[in-house]
Amino acid sequence: MNGGHMYWGFAALIGFGLLAPVAGIYPTFLMKCWCFALFACAFNLLLGYTGLLSFGHAAFLSVAAYVAGHTIRNLGFGPEWGILAGTLSAGVLGYVFGSLAIRRAGIYFAMITLALAQMLYFVWLQMKFTGGEDGLQGVPRGMLFGLIDLSDNTNLYYLVFAIFLAGFFLIHRVIHSPFGQVLQAIRENEPRAISLGYDVDRYKLVVFVLSAALSGLAGATKTLVFQLASLTDAHWHMSGEVVLMTLLGGLGTVFGPVVGAFVIIGLQNQLADKVGSWVQVIMGIIFVICVLVFRRGIVGELGRLLKRPL
Amino acid sequence: MADTDYILETRGLTKAFSGFVAVDGVDLRVRRGTIHALIGPNGAGKTTCFNLLTRFLAPTNGTITFNGRDITRMRPAAIARLGLVRSFQISATFPHMTVLENVRVALQRKTGISMHFWKSGRVLDRLNGRALELLEAVDLGAFAGAMTVELPYGRKRALEIATTLALDPEMMLLDEPTQGMGHEDVGRVVDLIRKVAVNRTVLMVEHNMNVVADLSDTITVLARGAVLAEGPYAEVSRNSRVLEAYVGSEQVGSEQVGSEQEEAT
Repeated sequence: MNGGHMYWGFAALIGFGLLAPVAGIYPTFLMKCWCFALFACAFNLLLGYTGLLSFGHAAFLSVAAYVAGHTIRNLGFGPEWGILAGTLSAGVLGYVFGSLAIRRAGIYFAMITLALAQMLYFVWLQMKFTGGEDGLQGVPRGMLFGLIDLSDNTNLYYLVFAIFLAGFFLIHRVIHSPFGQVLQAIRENEPRAISLGYDVDRYKLVVFVLSAALSGLAGATKTLVFQLASLTDAHWHMSGEVVLMTLLGGLGTVFGPVVGAFVIIGLQNQLADKVGSWVQVIMGIIFVICVLVFRRGIVGELGRLLKRPL
Repeated sequence: MADTDYILETRGLTKAFSGFVAVDGVDLRVRRGTIHALIGPNGAGKTTCFNLLTRFLAPTNGTITFNGRDITRMRPAAIARLGLVRSFQISATFPHMTVLENVRVALQRKTGISMHFWKSGRVLDRLNGRALELLEAVDLGAFAGAMTVELPYGRKRALEIATTLALDPEMMLLDEPTQGMGHEDVGRVVDLIRKVAVNRTVLMVEHNMNVVADLSDTITVLARGAVLAEGPYAEVSRNSRVLEAYVGSEQVGSEQVGSEQEEAT
């Protein structure tokens, strides 16, 4: 599985990440891409490698975004604490949502996660500290560990990229761990995994919490980038977008979600000021084409051409 | 512990689906160390019975004891951990894992590291030797590196048995182990079952009467969810009620190959 071609892929990814801002690509755009790439990778861990379709992942992105923003702006902690608090809160919320949702499978699982995420959306809308429709604005980027000034875009960029890589490689490790083997067994044949004596619900819960926490890591990091946490993060559109990124890039592939995130964010960026709200229609069309023509996604189809899993 | 002779016992086992009783008051006793076959015409409730025994379905009524322990309300994974492991009607493998990985994921459970998501998969390599041994035992040693989805059907069933053996279960439940197989494969699987049954108890659902006659010590015949007859093959095959249930005698004693669709759930 883990052939030499993977290392070329990793090298290309790291090389691109290090050189992209030097090559003149707008750093804020890149940071946004890395945040969403991490979000999509975390989602892919659940859907691509375990076979669980959550339609409420915006909840984890948003809880971490708000908690990080609150910790940094209102409580006055440094950015590292904000990110840590955001990630943990998403993990805890993942435990709660997961415990409720994994009792059901398939479409019911998806619907429960969607319902819970929608409830959370309205909680955010009503609560004071979130700023309601205005969002939690003006989050200072501060000094990382009291040493590195994050108001400098270059410093922040490399922090964001490092966070992405840490999450990306953790997910890669999980997939290939003993735990990952059981996840794959559950995805491939759940009744058989049960008949081998595995309590599949426990495994699903652990991977759900992992996925939620990593989505939270992405959300907290995003707050730092935009100095803002808003309801957009909690809206069900966001839960749908991460599904689109993952499917477009390639479900169950290592690099797919990263490619998917760059394509979607890139398109939104390019098209937003040209076609306005038609961008949603274009996203819809892309989704339809993806499902009809290249179901394996960009990286999945590429992997098939090269006859190698990517 | 008067009944230690019997490894598995059910009393009044009943499963009612809305408007229809699939399994109706079945008392089944499986003697330790034997091969016990469960036969019966289509819709007799054999697979439902299997699903109840392994708790993939919850019984409406009745009790199940395994090794003197009441397992009626246990969860399926817990029952498997007690040593009562089942196979499925349609071969149950993990298609996009290698043949070796299929067996290894079963061996892995007892190591206690299956939750360790931070560990490299390489820690599992120490199980490879044992996994290969199990594969050799079912003539799959040469296929260890192959993707399971690419195996022919008979080999998949052999792999399934190797995977079950990896758990070293005290008792195996085999749901139609020779279903859909060609002649040669059937012979191979029969030999295999005989081999693995040496230190174990086997309960199997089987339609191929040659296989049943060849392997089983005891046969229980189910019809319409209830036990119709029980005993060794020679006795059961002459039972007039059994012959009647199969609609004429030609089906008992003749080989049935083809797809038998049971009412599964």
